[in-house]
Amino acid sequence: MTFASMAFGSMTFALALEIVLAAVVLTGAVWAIAARETLPAVAGFVAYGLLLSLVWVHLGAPDVALTEAAIGSGLTGALLVGAAARLRLSEVPMAVEHPGVILRMPAAVLSVTVAAALAASVLLLPDPAPTLAPSAAENAAATSLGNPVTNVLMAFRAMDTLLEKIVLLLALIGVWSLAPDRFWGGRPGPRHYADPQGVLAFVARVLPPVGIIVGIYILWTSADHPGGAFQGGTILAAMWLLVMMAGLTDAPPVGERRLRLLLLAGPVVFLVIGLSGLAFGDAFLAYPMAYAKPLILAIEFAMILTIAVTLGLLVAGPPEREPGS
Amino acid sequence: MSAATVFGLCAAVAVGLGLYGVITNPQPLRKVLAFNLIGSGVFTFFGVVARRGAAAGFGGDPIPQALVITGIVVAFSATALAIALLLRLFQATGSATLRADASTSAGSHPSKL
Repeated sequence: MTFASMAFGSMTFALALEIVLAAVVLTGAVWAIAARETLPAVAGFVAYGLLLSLVWVHLGAPDVALTEAAIGSGLTGALLVGAAARLRLSEVPMAVEHPGVILRMPAAVLSVTVAAALAASVLLLPDPAPTLAPSAAENAAATSLGNPVTNVLMAFRAMDTLLEKIVLLLALIGVWSLAPDRFWGGRPGPRHYADPQGVLAFVARVLPPVGIIVGIYILWTSADHPGGAFQGGTILAAMWLLVMMAGLTDAPPVGERRLRLLLLAGPVVFLVIGLSGLAFGDAFLAYPMAYAKPLILAIEFAMILTIAVTLGLLVAGPPEREPGS
Repeated sequence: MSAATVFGLCAAVAVGLGLYGVITNPQPLRKVLAFNLIGSGVFTFFGVVARRGAAAGFGGDPIPQALVITGIVVAFSATALAIALLLRLFQATGSATLRADASTSAGSHPSKL
């Protein structure tokens, strides 16, 4: 066997593997849409999300893979499972609302058309592809961070990240505002109880110390390797939710001052450093070159706390208990 | 055919499936799930664009990758808000239907919230 044919063989093998991966991902997607009951559909969606993070690895985007696995699949899955369990009673009466063929046919035609148009645009993408990678590489020295994605998130397009922090906060305000008046300031969701000798309580005692270290490590390493404040923050949020679900701790009252301070820490530090860019640098969110890395790390450490608390509270939902109960 | 093309086609199918689910499934929670499927398909499509822009020693163009990370977090925020609204609707009316003609007394008893 010549070298060329071996290389060709391994290339087609890799491609075959990728086609199989795509097929399995789509099986999860079909299951998530077609399953009759909601809980199995959510299970399909979570499997789809986890497999999709493998797709992201294949697309050369390990940072996105971590985010998809943690937030897109994990936390969204937790939200959907919680809601599905609460809405189970409403499912049976709604079965009669399933649309007939008259609606399903045009919906199928529309969906196939949209998918075909997207597929065509995939095949017709311009070649060579436009890219900003060279300019990202050229300016990497400005922040002395080795991970180009962290550079984009925290420096080149820091405005997006700042606004996204504010979107997270607005979503939480929106969720809280759904609380009935008498629960305002109370604790979110029902109090969870679990067998203190059971598996859940055991895992909730053993896992968090490891999870907290992993979460902080993922933030710390994101300067030069895949990771970041979102991914690390999500792991911290997951550990917190685990401890809450095992009944080892309760969700804090939403009116608590310490909680409010944690929720504001990330955006406020980000804004203050951003505004000081106006005074000492060239523009809003411009970091003085010599201090770029420490400033970015300061923002990220404030952000990871805010992200962890916000994500955890978004999953916990609006207050459902009277304050002081 | 490259890996980017394979996953691009995969993303196109995911968007189509999600769209079908949003239109045909009457349960709002399933619509939220299907909408997330559309979203992740769009993100993957963008990931394919990023992959094709691999240059300067990077596995992909980092700008679209960073935008997708932001997008995933924003999509989660919107999902959390949608589900909170849905649970509130269920608490208030005892039903989670989106039908315009649904009377509030249909289904089980409204809770006392």
